[in-house]
Amino acid sequence: MTAYNRKLSTQLCVALWVFMFSRRLFLFLISLCLAIPILSILGAWLQWDALSFQILNEMSQTVLPDYVLTSLILCVLVAFGVISMGCISALAVTLFDFPGRKFLEWALLLPLAMPAYVVAYAYTDFFQYSGSLQQWIRLSTNLDGAVLPDIRNVWGAAFVLSVCLYPYVYLLTRTALSERAVHLMEAARLLGADLWRRIFSLALPLARPAITAGTALALMETLADFGVSNYFGVQTFTAGIYKAWLVMDNRIAASELAGFLLLFVFIVLTMEQRAQSRIRFGNANLSSPNTETQPLPLDFAQGIFCFFVCALPVFLGFVLPVVIMIQYFVSNGFSNHVPWSRFFHWTFHSLRLGVITALIAVAIALFLAFAQRLAPHRYTKWAIQISSLGYAVPGVVIVVGLLLPVAWLQNIWPQSQIGFLLTATIAGLIWAYLVRFVAVSLQSIQSGYARIPTTLDDSSSMLGVSGLRLITRVHVPLLSRSLSAAVLLVLVDVMKELPATLMLRPFNTDTLAVMAYQFARDERLGEASLPSLALVVAGLLPVILLSRSLRHK
Amino acid sequence: MNTHSLDPLMLNPFLRTKRHFLVFSVLLSLLGAHLNLQAQEKTLNIYSARHYPTDESLYSDFTKSTGIQINRVDADDAGILARLKAEGSASAADVILLVDAARLWRGEIDGLFQPIQSKVLEAAIPPQLRAKPSDGGISWFGLSTRARVVVYNPSKAKKEDVDTYEKLADPVNKGKLCVRSGSHPYNLSLFGSMTEHLGPAKTEIWLKGLVSNMARSPKGGDTDQIKGVASGECGTALTNTYYLARLMRSESVDDKALVAKISVVFPNQSTTGTHVNVAGGAVARYAKNKNNAVLFLEYLASPAAQNHFANGNNEWPVSKGVKFDNPALQAMTGGTFRSEVLPISAVGMNQIKVQQMLDRVGFR
Repeated sequence: MTAYNRKLSTQLCVALWVFMFSRRLFLFLISLCLAIPILSILGAWLQWDALSFQILNEMSQTVLPDYVLTSLILCVLVAFGVISMGCISALAVTLFDFPGRKFLEWALLLPLAMPAYVVAYAYTDFFQYSGSLQQWIRLSTNLDGAVLPDIRNVWGAAFVLSVCLYPYVYLLTRTALSERAVHLMEAARLLGADLWRRIFSLALPLARPAITAGTALALMETLADFGVSNYFGVQTFTAGIYKAWLVMDNRIAASELAGFLLLFVFIVLTMEQRAQSRIRFGNANLSSPNTETQPLPLDFAQGIFCFFVCALPVFLGFVLPVVIMIQYFVSNGFSNHVPWSRFFHWTFHSLRLGVITALIAVAIALFLAFAQRLAPHRYTKWAIQISSLGYAVPGVVIVVGLLLPVAWLQNIWPQSQIGFLLTATIAGLIWAYLVRFVAVSLQSIQSGYARIPTTLDDSSSMLGVSGLRLITRVHVPLLSRSLSAAVLLVLVDVMKELPATLMLRPFNTDTLAVMAYQFARDERLGEASLPSLALVVAGLLPVILLSRSLRHK
Repeated sequence: MNTHSLDPLMLNPFLRTKRHFLVFSVLLSLLGAHLNLQAQEKTLNIYSARHYPTDESLYSDFTKSTGIQINRVDADDAGILARLKAEGSASAADVILLVDAARLWRGEIDGLFQPIQSKVLEAAIPPQLRAKPSDGGISWFGLSTRARVVVYNPSKAKKEDVDTYEKLADPVNKGKLCVRSGSHPYNLSLFGSMTEHLGPAKTEIWLKGLVSNMARSPKGGDTDQIKGVASGECGTALTNTYYLARLMRSESVDDKALVAKISVVFPNQSTTGTHVNVAGGAVARYAKNKNNAVLFLEYLASPAAQNHFANGNNEWPVSKGVKFDNPALQAMTGGTFRSEVLPISAVGMNQIKVQQMLDRVGFR
C-alpha cells in the first residue's frame, strides 16, 4: 500500500515537474516571440548615433512637446468619451427594461465593425466647409462662411475614436454586470437601497475591473492610431514616430521615440493591473444563469429617455457613417463597373486572416492567463506585461521591429530564406497581428478569470483535476463568454488592421482594409465606400455572433 | 477514476464537435495552401506603390501579350523600401514601382535596385528622368510625371498673385492658402527643389510665409484642397495635376460645378519652371525573373502603356515622341509648359533638412 502510494507520488511528481518545466519553457518561447519586435525597438537605444541624436534633439526643441501634449489631451478626451458612453449604455441595458432594449443590447456593439479611419473619412467630407451638409445649410439660411465647427482637429479625432471604441467598455462592462450584478442588485433592492445607491456603490464598483480593462484597450488603440489623426492633421506622438522613420529615414530615432511610447504604455498597464489586483472579485454564485432576475421595468417617459441615450452612440458610431458611405457609393462610386469577383477575393482574404489569427491569439492568451493564475510569479507577470505592450504600438512600428531582426538574420544566414518565408507566406503577417492583438484577447480572458474564485482551482486540484484538464474541464466552460468575446474582438480587429497588412501581406492577397485605404489614398472616397461598407458588413457577422453568444449562454 | 477524462474530444475545446473539427481542418489547409510556392518561369513579381485603380488594365494587357503571370503587392513607398531591406537576398520581388523621386533616389542609394542595360529604355526615356549610369547600367527609369500646380478661386485671389511658388508666401495672400501636410512626399519633394533653387535660409523664410498665409491648418489630401478653393474656404491651393485632371474629366454634376469655380496656374513659367515629380520603376537587386522584369519595364515605356498613364491616371508620358490625347491635361496647359530641370538626387538629399525646417516654422 505504501509502496504503491510512493510510486504514485513519484509519478505524480515527475509528471508535475515535466508539466511545470515545459510550461515555463513554452511561456518563455511565446513571450519571446511576441516580444521580439518590441525588444528590437528598445535595442535601438543601444545604437545611439550622432545623426539620430541630432534629429531627436531638433524634434524635442521644436515639435515634440506639442506631440506629447496632443497625445495626452486625446487620451483624456477618449477615456472620458468611452467610459461615459460605454458605462451608461451597459448599465441601462442590463439593469432596466425599456422599449428596444433587446435590439440595443446588440446594436450597441455595431460600431466595433467600423474602422475608425472609415468613420473619419465619412464624417470629414460630410461636415467640412465644402461638404454637403455645410453647403446645404449655407444655401438654405443665406449664411456665409463656416457654419459648423471643423471636425478635423483634436476634438474631432477624440469624437471619432470615442464613438468607434466605446464598445470595448460597453462589452466588457455588460459581461461583468450581467453575470452577477442583476442578482446582487435585486438583493440590494430588497434590503432597501435606492436606485442611485445601487448603481454607484454596487454595480459600478463590481464592473470596475471590466471598465478599466475596456478603457485600457480603447486608450491603447488611441495611442496606436495613425489613420484618424493623420487624416485630421492632428499631430500626435505617433505622428512624430512616423516622421522620424518615413521622412527622416532614421529608424533609430523612430525606434527611440517608440521606446518612449512603450514606457508610457507600460506604466499605464502596470497601474491598471495594480488597481485590478486590489479588486479581484470572486463569483459566489456559479449556478446556471437561468435563474436570472428580470431587469427593472421603467415607465414610458423613462423608457423613451433610456432608449435615446443608448441609441445615440449607435447612431453616431454606426448609422450615420454608414448612411454617408452608402450615399457616397450611390452618388459617385463605381457607377457602372463594380468589380464583384475581385471584391469577393478581398472579403475572403480579410476573413481568412482574421479567423486564423483569432484562434491562435485566443489559445496563446488563455495559456498566458492560465500560467499567471496558477503561478503568479514575477517572471510570468513580466511575460504577460510585455506581450500586452504590442497593442498600443502603432502597426508600422511593429512591422519595423519585426523586420529589423529578420533582416539581420537573413543577412548572416542567407540559406534560411527567413526573409522569404516571412513575406511570401502569411507567417509574418500573422506574427505581426499576434504581437498587436494578443493583448485584446488577454484583457478579455483575464477579466473573465478575475471573476472565477481561486478556491475553485484548489477544490479542483483536491479532486485531482489540474494542468491541462483544469483548463479544459473547469476554466474553459466558465470562461466561455470571455473566450468567444476574445475570438470575435480579435477577428474584427484583424480585419480592420491596416499598416501591417499593407506591408507584410503575400502577393495577390488584397484585403478589404487594404483596398479601402488604397482608394482613399488616391482620394477616391466614392470607390473607397464599397470596400469600407463590405468591411462593415463582414465585421457585422462576428459582432452579431458575439452578442448572440453573450445572450444565450 | 473520472470517466469523463477518457473522452478524448473534451481535450480540445475547438475539436469538441465534428463541425468544429471540420472548420479547424479547413483553416489548417488554407494555411498550408499558402506555403505552396509559385512556379518560377512565366511569372513576374511586382512591388508597387502606384495606388491607382486604373492601373489594373496595364497589368492585364501585359499578361495578355506575353503570357507572363503577374503577382503583385501594393503598398506605400516607404513600406516597400523597408520590406525590401528586410527580405534581403530572399526577396521575391522582381520589379519595384515607386511614385516619388526622392524615394526612387533612396532605393538607389540603399542598393535595393540592380542596374540594367536596355537599349529600348535608354532610347525611350530622357536622361534627366532616369538614374545616372553606374556599374554598367541604369538602376531606375522614370515612367510618368506629374506637376505640382496652383489652383485658385478667381473671386478670392488674382492670378498675378499666385503665379509663382514664391508669391504664395507673399502677405497679399494672407489667410488664403490651403495645402496638405508638409510632410507628405509630394510637398517634401517640392520644398526640396525650392531648397535647391533658393538655398536653405531663404526657403525657411518662404515656408514661414506659407504658414502665416494659411487659411486653415494643413489637413486632408490634394482633392480636399481643390474642394476648399471651390467652396471659397481657401483662395488658393497646391495640388498634383492628376487630382485636378480627374475632377475636370469627371461625369459627376458636383465635380463639374466644382471645376467651374476654379482656375489653374502653372507656377514659375518665367523663372525656374513648374515643379515636376516622377513615378518610375526599377529591377529589384535580387530579382529571380530578371528578363521578365526588364521586359515589363520596356512594356511600360511603350506607346500603349504610356498612353495608359496619360488617359488612365492623367499623368504625362515620358517616352520620346509618344502622342497622347487627354483633354484635361491639354486644357490645363494649353499645350506645353515649362518644367523645372533639377537633378533628382538633390531633391532626395534635402528631405531631412526640409522636414526640420517645417518643424521649426510650425508647418504641420
